[in-house]
Amino acid sequence: MAYGPHTTDDRGRMLAALGIASVDVLFEDIPAGLRASRLDLPPAMPELELAGRLQDLAARNRTDLASFLGAGVYHHYVPPVVDQMLLRGEFYTAYTPYQPEISQGTLQTIFEYQSLLAELTGLDVVSASHYDGATATAEAALMAVRATRRERVLVSRAIHRHYLDVTSTYFAGGRLVLEELPSLPDGTTDLAALEAALAEADRPVAGVLLGQPNAFGLLEPMAEAARLAHAAGALFIAVVEPVSLAVLATPADYGADIAAGEGQPLGIAAQYGGPYLGILATTSTLMRQIPGRLVGETRDLDGRRAFVMTLRAREQDIRRDKAASNICTNQALCALAATVYLATIGPHGLRDVASLGAAHARRLESALAAVGAPRLHTAPYLNEFAVRVPDAETVHARLLERGVLAGLPLARWYPDDHELRDALLVCATEVTTAGDIEAFAAALTGVLA
Amino acid sequence: MTEGAVREGALAGSAKLAEGTRVGVETAREEARPGPAGRPAVGAALQPTLAELSRPGRGGGKVPHPPDDALAGIPGSALRRSPLALPELNEPEVVRHFVNLSHLNYSVDSGFYPLCSCTMKFNPKINEWAARLSGFATLHPLAPDSLAQGTLELMHELQDALAEISGMTAVTLQPAAGAQGELTGILMIRAYHAARDDGQRDEVIVPDSSHGTNPATASMAGFRTVTVPSAADGGVDLEALKAALGPRTAAVMLTNPSTLGLFERRIVELLEAVHEAGALAYMDGANMNAVLGRFRPGEAGFDVMHFNLHKTFSTPHGGGGPGAGPVACNARLAPFLPAPLVVRDADAGFRLERPGERPSAIGRVRAFQGNVGVLVRAFAYIRAHGASGLREISDDAVLAANYLRMRVGEGYELPYPGPCKHEFVASGRSLRQATGVRTLDVAKRLIDHGFHPPTIYFPLIVDECLLIEPTETESVETLDLFAEAMLAIAREAREDPDRVKAAPSTAPVRRLDEASAARKPELRWRPMTGAETPCPS
Repeated sequence: MAYGPHTTDDRGRMLAALGIASVDVLFEDIPAGLRASRLDLPPAMPELELAGRLQDLAARNRTDLASFLGAGVYHHYVPPVVDQMLLRGEFYTAYTPYQPEISQGTLQTIFEYQSLLAELTGLDVVSASHYDGATATAEAALMAVRATRRERVLVSRAIHRHYLDVTSTYFAGGRLVLEELPSLPDGTTDLAALEAALAEADRPVAGVLLGQPNAFGLLEPMAEAARLAHAAGALFIAVVEPVSLAVLATPADYGADIAAGEGQPLGIAAQYGGPYLGILATTSTLMRQIPGRLVGETRDLDGRRAFVMTLRAREQDIRRDKAASNICTNQALCALAATVYLATIGPHGLRDVASLGAAHARRLESALAAVGAPRLHTAPYLNEFAVRVPDAETVHARLLERGVLAGLPLARWYPDDHELRDALLVCATEVTTAGDIEAFAAALTGVLA
Repeated sequence: MTEGAVREGALAGSAKLAEGTRVGVETAREEARPGPAGRPAVGAALQPTLAELSRPGRGGGKVPHPPDDALAGIPGSALRRSPLALPELNEPEVVRHFVNLSHLNYSVDSGFYPLCSCTMKFNPKINEWAARLSGFATLHPLAPDSLAQGTLELMHELQDALAEISGMTAVTLQPAAGAQGELTGILMIRAYHAARDDGQRDEVIVPDSSHGTNPATASMAGFRTVTVPSAADGGVDLEALKAALGPRTAAVMLTNPSTLGLFERRIVELLEAVHEAGALAYMDGANMNAVLGRFRPGEAGFDVMHFNLHKTFSTPHGGGGPGAGPVACNARLAPFLPAPLVVRDADAGFRLERPGERPSAIGRVRAFQGNVGVLVRAFAYIRAHGASGLREISDDAVLAANYLRMRVGEGYELPYPGPCKHEFVASGRSLRQATGVRTLDVAKRLIDHGFHPPTIYFPLIVDECLLIEPTETESVETLDLFAEAMLAIAREAREDPDRVKAAPSTAPVRRLDEASAARKPELRWRPMTGAETPCPS
C-alpha cells in the first residue's frame, strides 16, 4: 500500500495478538453472500507514473486564452504567500476544532475571518463558511423563512442562475415558495413589480433577494429595495461579491438583514468550480438564526484569551432534526485563504483591486463598442457588463477559435429571453491587460466582418 | 512467530514507555515534560490578532494603483460610506502571524489523530501538488467543454471508480460535503416517490446511533424524522424497524459500518424490510474506509449513498473543510441525480450534460461542478492504490482498530463484542463510577500525552463514550504508545484524579469558559478605529 506503515511482520504481530490467522476473520460479520469480489479498477500506479498522468491531464485543459469570463468566478492576482500559508500541514491536515486547547490556530483564524468579513459587509455576525455562494444564498433564504415564519421568498431574475437553481432545489423539500421578480430594460430589478408582489396581503413575504452587482454586472437600487421589503415585514437579503465591497456600499449601508456571497475572489483559485467559500453574514438580531459554525472569544481557566466554537445549540450534532441546517463539514481552509489574502492585500490594496477592475472594464467597454459591440444595458456597472453582438453563441464559438474566451453567452442562462440571444456577459479584473483587450477587439472585428 | 512472543514483545516495548508516563505524572513541573509521544501536542505562544498587529501605513505593493477616475461611472449613492478598516501589515508580519498560529494547532502531519468517524489518515503530498497544477487550478468553471478535457476526463474516471467501489450505477460529484450528499440523496428519494405518485411518504427513519446530519438532513428535505432504537448488539433493532416502517416511510438512513464501528449483521433482513414497505434505503458512507473491496453497498441493496472523499479517500480536512460528498445510486434513482454529470460522447470526448438533457434531475445542489480541487486529490489517491491497494487500506484499518481495541480494553470497558471494523467504542463508565473522572477528563489528559483525543460522547447511546479510529496509516508503535497513554490515564485517575480533571496542563491554554462564550457571544474583534490611513500615492 502506498502510504501504510505495516510490514508483514507488523501485521503478523497484530494478528497474533488478536489470536487470529488472517484478517479475513475480521470480515466474517459481512454476510457471506455480500462479500465483494475483486474491484474492477486500473492497477496501482507508482508515484512517478501517477505524477505523469496527472500532469498530462492538467495539460489537456486550456487555460492560456485571453479570458473575459466571470459570471460569478473571477481571476485575480493572488500573492504567493496565500498558498504557502495554506500548505502548512498544521492548518490543512487538522480537523474541525472540537478540542479548542490544541486548535487555537484554526479557531483564531476563523475568528479573524469572521472579523474581516464583518468589516467588509458591515454585518456583525459572519458564519465560519458555507460551501459556496449558491448554498450560502439558499441558506440565507431559509434563514428568512425561519426568522419570519413565512414561506414565500422573492428573488430577482437578475440573480446568478446557479444560485437560483440551488435555492430552488433547497426549497423543494417543504411548502416553500420561490418567486422571480422581473427586470427592467436597463437590466436592474423591477421595483414596481417588487412592490406589487409585497402588497399581496394573503401571501406574506419572508425575504427579498437581490444581487449587488447583479448577474448582469449591474448596480441595483439596493436601498430602495430594502426599504420596500422592510415596509412589508420581510427581510432583505443581498448577494454580494466581496472584492466589490472595498468600494461599493456595504449591505449594512443599505439596510440588508442578511448578506450571502461567493468568497472565491478573495485569494481562491477557479479550480473548475471549487472548493470555494460561501459567505453568510447577518445582524446581531438574527445571530441565533444563522446556520453554520461560529467562533467566539472567551477565556481559559487562567484568564488567557482564547477562541472556541460557540452557539453550538444551532448545529446538527446537538439539535439533530431541529438544527438550523444539516451543515457539518464547511470550507474552513478557503476561509483561511481569504483571511491571509485580506491580511496581505490590506485595505488600500483591496480598493485598488476593485478600482482597477472597474477601470479595465471601462476600457474594455470602449474597445468593444468601437468595433460594433455596444453595451446592452444602461444601468451603471462595476467590472462586468453585457454587450450586444448578433447571435452571441456563434460569435463566442468563433472567438474561441481565435484564442479569446469571450465571457458567457447569456442565452445559456436565459434561453427563453429573446433579448439576450444577442448578449455576451464579459468582465475585467486587475489581471486583465491592455493586450488582452486589444486582442479581444481585434478578434471581434474579424468575426463580425 | 508465536502469538505469545508477539504479545510479549509489544508489552515489553510499551512498558518502557509506560514508565516514562509515570515519571511524567509524578513530576510537579509538568509543563516541561511532554508525554510519551515525545513532544508536547502543540506549540505554546498565543498570538495577538491581525487587528492588534495592524499599524497604519504598513503593507502595500501588491497591485498597481488605479487611475483617479476608475470609479467615475459609479453613482455616489452606490459607493461605500464607511471607512474600510482592514488591518495593515507588511508581508513578513503576515507570514509570522500565520506560522505562529499554525504552531498552536494539532494536525495529522504532527501526530496521531484518532478522531472518528473522521478517518484522519495521512494526506498524501502528491495530491496537494496535483490539485495546484496550473491546468487544474486556473480552469474557469464555465469554460467550454473543449477547454476542460483534462478535468472532465478525470471527473469521468472518478465517477466510474466510485460507481465500481460502491456497486452502484451512477455517481454525481457535485455535493460539497457529506451532509450535502445526504441532502442530495434524500431529495432524489423524494423526487422518486413523487414521480410514482407516492408522495404521501413524509417520514425518514434513522437509528438512534446515527450522525446528527441524518435527522438534520431529513428535516431540511421536508421530512419528519422517526428514530428507531439499537439492539443490544449495537445493530439496528429489526423488529423496531419493522414496526416503524409503513406507507408513510420514504427512506431509511443507515450508516454501515455503524457509528459504533460495527457491520450491520442483519443488513439483508433490514434492507428487505425497507423495500417491502416501499421505502428506499440510504447509506451514510462515512465509514467506507472499513470495507473497500470487501462490501459494495449497491450489491447489498442500498439504493443510494454518499462518500466522504475527505475521509475514505485521503483529502485533507482543512480545519473543518473543504471536503466532497459524491453520491452514488442505483438505476432506479439515476434519473434523479443532480445535473450536470460528466458524460463521454463516442467521438467528441468528455462533456457536461446540457441543460434539460435529463429532465428528472433534481436540479443543482451547488453552483458549478463541485469541489473539483478535492476530486483531483481523491482521483490521485484511488489511482495510487488500484483495486488491491484499496482493499489493503480497509484490511489494515480494520486490523489496526481491532488491535488497538484489544489494547485499550485492558483498562476500559468495551460495551460491544468484536470484531469491530475501522473504529471501536470504549466506555469510561466504570472509571467514572470508581474515580469521578469523566471521559472528557480522559480526553483532555490525552493532550498532555501528546495525542489528539478521540471522539467523545458520540454515539449518544453509549455512556461516557470514546469512539476511537486509528486508520491504516498509523504504525503499530504509535498504536502501542496511544494504548499505553490511555492505560496510564486510567491508573492516574485512581491515584490522582484531580490531576486528570485539571488536564490539559501542557497545552497553550487550559480548559475554556464555553458557557460565557455562548451567553455573551463575541464573534468579531472590536471595530478598528483609525486603522485606515490615506492611500499612499
